[in-house]
Amino acid sequence: MSRASGPRSGDAIFASVERVNAELFTLTYGAIVRQLLTDLEEVEEVNKQLDQMGYNIGIRLIDEFLAKSNVSRCVDFKETADMIAKVGFKMFLGVTASVTNWDADGTCCSIVLEDNPLVDFVELPDTCQGLYYCNILSGVIRGALEMVSMKTEVTWTRDMLRGDDAFELQVKLLKQVPEEYPYKDDD
Amino acid sequence: MATTACFIIVSRNDIPIYEAEVGSAVKREDVAHLHQFILHAAQDIVQDLAWTTSAMFLKAIDRFNDLVVSVYVTAGHTRLMLLHDSRNDDGIKSFFQEVHELYIKIILNPLYLPGSRITSSHFDTKVRALARKYL
Repeated sequence: MSRASGPRSGDAIFASVERVNAELFTLTYGAIVRQLLTDLEEVEEVNKQLDQMGYNIGIRLIDEFLAKSNVSRCVDFKETADMIAKVGFKMFLGVTASVTNWDADGTCCSIVLEDNPLVDFVELPDTCQGLYYCNILSGVIRGALEMVSMKTEVTWTRDMLRGDDAFELQVKLLKQVPEEYPYKDDD
Repeated sequence: MATTACFIIVSRNDIPIYEAEVGSAVKREDVAHLHQFILHAAQDIVQDLAWTTSAMFLKAIDRFNDLVVSVYVTAGHTRLMLLHDSRNDDGIKSFFQEVHELYIKIILNPLYLPGSRITSSHFDTKVRALARKYL
């Protein structure tokens, strides 16, 4: 594979990767959530499980992201958030998100998704009102950022399935873990 | 708009999963019960007729006084049944086709169990709007 120099745009990567049919993807994810609801019974538990599954995806996905996107190290958290919204979401979900609501010290922001392929056809019934249907996404972001030494907390602040006008993920940087070697020189 | 129209969806297991009185006539409980009774009685005819034709829309399969029963059978044998007193066949056909589309969206919802009651208020609003438009 030839290596282009410099970072590639999300659109360029999205155009070159293999894709699956959107309905197949949506319904597969739906089937997973449905099964979790049957198995775990508690909506809270399903939220936790989805987040954990997302985390497990995220810690692997970050490698693919770095390999394909050719981005270099981000200088600050702002650039990181932009990278997730503009390149990451485009590359894996085919949608672009926007980043807003920065707090004063630049450690907390919101990623807003106008369009979300995961929720096509979905309508929350009365029995699942507490469900964060897309909780897998927050897990993915948390997992991916943890692998590049950023501890974050990701929560949903707006959810279209609950009647809001968009999906909004609040990403809060808790601390940056300095990179450390697992061994000491004198050992 | 028709003065009397009663619309129900019956699942393949013969359980009614959605009901709506969509006529413009004043709602009366005894009349609603009569409508259910007529539609229930028409079930046998639907069952026989559904296998004799490849068409989904079975028009005017049964009648009771001036009320007529038209049925739309989906590929999965869910029956959309309409009791009506109007003779607007084209409108009824379009109504069924559009409700069918809505119904497909409902069963594509991963959180909906096929064969259970349709409780979505969105669906209800849309069906009533279609009834106003076509019947």
